[in-house]
Amino acid sequence: MELWFSDYHTDDVKLDIKIEKQLFGEDTDFQRIDVFDSKEFGRFIACDGTIVFSQKDEFIYDEMIVHVPMAVHPHVKKVLVIGGGDGGVARELSRYPEIEEIDVVETDHVFIDVCRDFFPDNAIGLDDARVTIFNANGLRFLRSKVNAYDLIINDAIDPLGHAAGLFTKEFYGNCFRALKEDGIMVYQHGSPFYDEDEETCRAMHRKASHSFPISRVYQAAIPTCPSGYWLFGFASKKYHPLKDFDPVKWKARGIKTWYYSANLHKGAFMLPKYVEDMLEEEEK
Amino acid sequence: MEKLSQLSAPIYEALEAFRKKRVVPFDVPGHKRGRGNPELRELLGEKCVNLDVNSMKPLDNLCHPVSVIRDAEQLAAEAFGAAHAFFMVGGTTSSVQSMVLSSTKAGDKIILPRNVHKSVINALVLNGAIPVYINPEVDGKLGISLGMELAEVEKAIKANPDAKAVLVNNPTYYGICSDLRSIVKLAHAHNMLCLVDEAHGTHFYFGPNMPVNAMAAGADMASVSMHKSGGSLTQSSLLLTGPNVNWEYVSQIINLTQTTSASYLLLSSLDISRRNLYMRGETSFAKVAEMAEYAREEINTIGGYYAYGQELKNGSSIFDFDVTKLSVYTRDIGLAGIEVYDLLRDEYDIQIEFGDIANILAYVSIGDRIQDIERLVGALADIKRLYSRDPSKMLNTEYIAPQVVVSPQEAFYAKDESLPIRETAGRICSEFVMCYPPGIPILAPGEVITKEIIEYIIYAKEKGCSMQGPEDPEVNNINVLV
Repeated sequence: MELWFSDYHTDDVKLDIKIEKQLFGEDTDFQRIDVFDSKEFGRFIACDGTIVFSQKDEFIYDEMIVHVPMAVHPHVKKVLVIGGGDGGVARELSRYPEIEEIDVVETDHVFIDVCRDFFPDNAIGLDDARVTIFNANGLRFLRSKVNAYDLIINDAIDPLGHAAGLFTKEFYGNCFRALKEDGIMVYQHGSPFYDEDEETCRAMHRKASHSFPISRVYQAAIPTCPSGYWLFGFASKKYHPLKDFDPVKWKARGIKTWYYSANLHKGAFMLPKYVEDMLEEEEK
Repeated sequence: MEKLSQLSAPIYEALEAFRKKRVVPFDVPGHKRGRGNPELRELLGEKCVNLDVNSMKPLDNLCHPVSVIRDAEQLAAEAFGAAHAFFMVGGTTSSVQSMVLSSTKAGDKIILPRNVHKSVINALVLNGAIPVYINPEVDGKLGISLGMELAEVEKAIKANPDAKAVLVNNPTYYGICSDLRSIVKLAHAHNMLCLVDEAHGTHFYFGPNMPVNAMAAGADMASVSMHKSGGSLTQSSLLLTGPNVNWEYVSQIINLTQTTSASYLLLSSLDISRRNLYMRGETSFAKVAEMAEYAREEINTIGGYYAYGQELKNGSSIFDFDVTKLSVYTRDIGLAGIEVYDLLRDEYDIQIEFGDIANILAYVSIGDRIQDIERLVGALADIKRLYSRDPSKMLNTEYIAPQVVVSPQEAFYAKDESLPIRETAGRICSEFVMCYPPGIPILAPGEVITKEIIEYIIYAKEKGCSMQGPEDPEVNNINVLV
């Protein structure tokens, strides 16, 4: 028997993964959630038919969205993670002793439960004593927060699905307000390669660069993402991702990583020409 | 005859049966299931162009329904508590005009609130009936026109005992309801029909906590925009009649202006929407009301905005309030409603229903999700943060009572001339002048132009209101009777 999972990257391009076994499948109030075991990617979770992460490549993404801002901001105490109910981001954050509070806001509690059941290596991050989980809509949670966080990580991935509200001007505006005067926000910036995704990618940079004084974009190669190429946004009120990057201090921490390194930090901000051109157009 | 089930959808089922027969079309429409127009087929999809078929025996004919359309209309009548229901394909405009045209003829009087939809006055141009306007009270703070007060209706009826009908807008765009039961009683006591423009009230028929609907209030006819809160396709609508109305006559009136090639996309959407409302209407609209109430609370928590609701009720001009309507007063953050409306679209990719001088209206419906409500609330909070300014003086709307001297029909067809606006005082207008906002006609054909009206038009233009109706789009000139 052969069973294949198709992740449509565009209407005309898909990534097929051979499935060993389906472990979970349910329509929640917000989305369709499925969990599969596969040979090549190990266990992976899909929401509304799109892969959220796999055991094989989640480290790339979780490390890149956490260590990049953490190596720039000199004193992070309070962090807000929007989405991220799997715990992977919280797990990376928990390696920093100076962090005092990690608030994780996840709309869909079923997603948290499923990750606890099937992805214990990620969910372990949620068990850190500094983590508080809020089962709420991200935008709503943010509305009442003013000058509250040093770092906001927007871990939501699908700008067209139920998390669409987390890729809007009002979201960036509300994040700006919720951050302290030297706060940083990092977020999923999508993939710039396919025509279908380009406008979304442009719009994100337009909104962020109009809301924050510093707005840069960095990259990573993630196999399950469309075209295998993924961008992250770095929006900041004060610190520059390269000028304020402190490699010596970060190396001294001795954090064990598999993707991120102090060298890669700098390289990640060196973007291909076509991406750079696209982003520059939106800054005007 | 076997009783029809509300769970069936006769037009939809007939279309399905017809599709399976794979009949070879040698009739119109000429695109022949889209084959002759590949781009159209690509745009609308194969299913959609396949449904675009002509009237024929198995599919009935809207001009004279005898089978599936008749059955579907009967089911709609039953679902809405009406004696008869007509499927309409010319928008609710066609429903409203059929109400007016079937209850009045040349020279007859009809009592109307001044803030009627222009389709009503257009119907008077068609048939020569005479409007008797009732001054709607305007809320001093919100600047919106309210419902019809019973005492005002009574005054108009006493002064015009020969009038044939009273027309009520219920609810208004903003969700304001009049005391419909009492108005119906009053009209009937004076041998007048009561017609209800219920364009914004389809949901009143589905749910225990809704304001009273026209049929339950005993009204004689009601125009229901199924395509607004009912979920059917744009341009489809229902005309409902009560037990004392001769529906065969109404049918003749409808056929005077109705197309003989009614679209089956529209007809099947009405049929399916009626079934959907029967099956899920109560739960869906309870959810809509809950979402709107939640949004009101959240918006009022932001501060500076006033999302109004039930607390407005005053027993007369705001007899009831439709809680599914999400209207927000914006002037206290120093922005006109129309400015917030533009910001939401241009900066936040949110399209709302409209903005007037002081308010915005977000249309909440059975298709909404709570995460979209969060976006709207989040955007309003961000607009306040980034764009609010001192509330300065803005246009105050005032009501100028119209003087009707000739019928709209006579004025519309009379010989006229175009004059610079300042030279028109004392003349009789032959066209409409509407000012958006607030969308109440300043002048309609057959009304005297006064100095006060001229000043108001010039003032509103300066304030950036959009003027609509006149032949001269700049409204430097107005057409008057010779």
